[in-house]
Amino acid sequence: MGMTLAEKIISRKIGRVPSPGEIVVLPIDAAMAQDGTAPLMIKSFEGMGAKKVWDGSKAVFVIDHISPSSNEGSSALHKMMRDFAKKFGVTLYDVGEGICHQLLPEKGHVYPGGIVVGADSHTCTHGAFAAFSTGIGSTDMAAVFASGKLWFKVPETLRINISGKMPKNVMSKDAILYAIGEVGADGATYMSVEFTGDAVKAMSVDSRMAMTNMAVEMGGKTGLIASDGVTRQYLEGRIKVPFLEISADPGAHYSDTLEIEAGKLEPMLSCPHQVDNVKAVSELEGLQVDQVFIGSCTNGRLEDLEVAARVLRCKKVKARTIVMPASRETYLAALEKGIIEELVRSGCAVGVPGCGPCVGGHHGVPSPGDVVVSTTNRNFKGRMGCADSSIYLASPLTAAYCALNGKITVPE
Amino acid sequence: MDVLKGKVWKFGDDISTDLIIPGKYKFKTIDLDELSKHAMEGADPQFALKISKGDIIVAGKNFGCGSSREQAPLVIKHAGISAVVAKSFARIFYRNSFNIGLPLVECPDLYNNVDTGDVVEIQLSEGRVSSRGKTFYFKPIPGFLMTILQDGGLVEHFKKRGSFIWEGPTRSQ
Ligand code: SF4
Repeated sequence: MGMTLAEKIISRKIGRVPSPGEIVVLPIDAAMAQDGTAPLMIKSFEGMGAKKVWDGSKAVFVIDHISPSSNEGSSALHKMMRDFAKKFGVTLYDVGEGICHQLLPEKGHVYPGGIVVGADSHTCTHGAFAAFSTGIGSTDMAAVFASGKLWFKVPETLRINISGKMPKNVMSKDAILYAIGEVGADGATYMSVEFTGDAVKAMSVDSRMAMTNMAVEMGGKTGLIASDGVTRQYLEGRIKVPFLEISADPGAHYSDTLEIEAGKLEPMLSCPHQVDNVKAVSELEGLQVDQVFIGSCTNGRLEDLEVAARVLRCKKVKARTIVMPASRETYLAALEKGIIEELVRSGCAVGVPGCGPCVGGHHGVPSPGDVVVSTTNRNFKGRMGCADSSIYLASPLTAAYCALNGKITVPE
Repeated sequence: MDVLKGKVWKFGDDISTDLIIPGKYKFKTIDLDELSKHAMEGADPQFALKISKGDIIVAGKNFGCGSSREQAPLVIKHAGISAVVAKSFARIFYRNSFNIGLPLVECPDLYNNVDTGDVVEIQLSEGRVSSRGKTFYFKPIPGFLMTILQDGGLVEHFKKRGSFIWEGPTRSQ
């Protein structure tokens, strides 16, 4: 019997065919903790009495969540991370470098066939590069930092097959929001979510990452996409290991398959306060919008900023609009292309690469009663720091149109 | 640890880690006395004040969904809750809870047979929980997780044994 992509990657590490449900121990190729999770990781690591980090080139810290720090407490936690990184040789990406899930692939930590763990639930993003990649907690991460290994339950696989060509006003974000609406917030719990189909093949790395990023919003352990020429083009020159094309076998067994006809998709919104509360943008057209956020590990990449700038070019936004590039590299590329200038001229507040308002930790907090359109991945009550605001998740294209008109608008 | 008896606090489906401990608190401190004051705040602002030691949370499906923050099970445990029984749990929350020594029980049948204020009794190793004179069964917790739990969480486990239970001879490369 053929193997799914998750089984294929795991089989390469254990030297045999794994079966779903069994517990395997895998060597870790990259392990990341960010400023919301690293401090507890350090506490657990020290509590265990561990003496050294297994491999400082594979162990990564990123300061991105409250970055730059807005308060003394967070600053102290950042210092704790810097001190630990220095003492144990951990690779550290500090304030201004960008969001962890953008940095890991950019800096060459992620490659096809790799096993990646992150103390952050959206670590599933890296499956876009055919790496088996999942989120864990701080104490699990301490175990990884100490030993370089971790146990996993071999997941069953839900396949999401997207075929055909997407309409011009539809982005990969709309496809994943639609899929989450169909599968439900816990429909893929413990499962690997594998994206296949010619529409996925045709997508850029940026578009693919927006989909794998949200696999966890349907409960998924990882979101996976076979590696191909598109992946190769992005990774070559970044990774230090040979590039591999890895895909599922033709006869792989999937627990379930969701078929999506790309041509029938339309721009989607995830409505308050559950990610799987998904509606077509057209259903809410006209609702007044107070704040728009374009950024995050879902949609803060170059392609996303480019789309937004195209809509806003030479016009003025009617809603308060905050833009955060996903990384310094993204920021620089957007600067070179004139994108940042266009966004600033159109009235956007452009900030330091990092998580920004996504997680409600330090800035861009909405006011009570505000309607927010955001390109992020979660709209839970209170997510952006104000429990009385309503968050609608959208593609960068939809978000830009909403910013332009100050109300929910179907993009052209 | 094997038998847990306590008063129930009941919650619905999809209780996210943002509701369990809002992000605005967790970035500023890792002091659990401080953080625990806000346990479950998003779902019930008075929760931390109302509960007593040993109480048990009963919830619907997908409990602990959302971020990987370990502060979520930590504040629940530190506030005094002895176990969470839910229809289902989000994956990362599940791992985290055992790692910090908070037992979780997946028992969908209990939900409609219990309300806030009832007292339930859980037999962990035997996989049963009783409420209002009725007994419900659940799949026993995997052995190695039980070991970690009995050691008091993963930190104590490693301190005690000098290695992790899943290490040792495996067929990994
Ligand atoms: S951008 Fe948002 S979802 Fe992504 S890592 Fe940062 S806080 Fe988490």
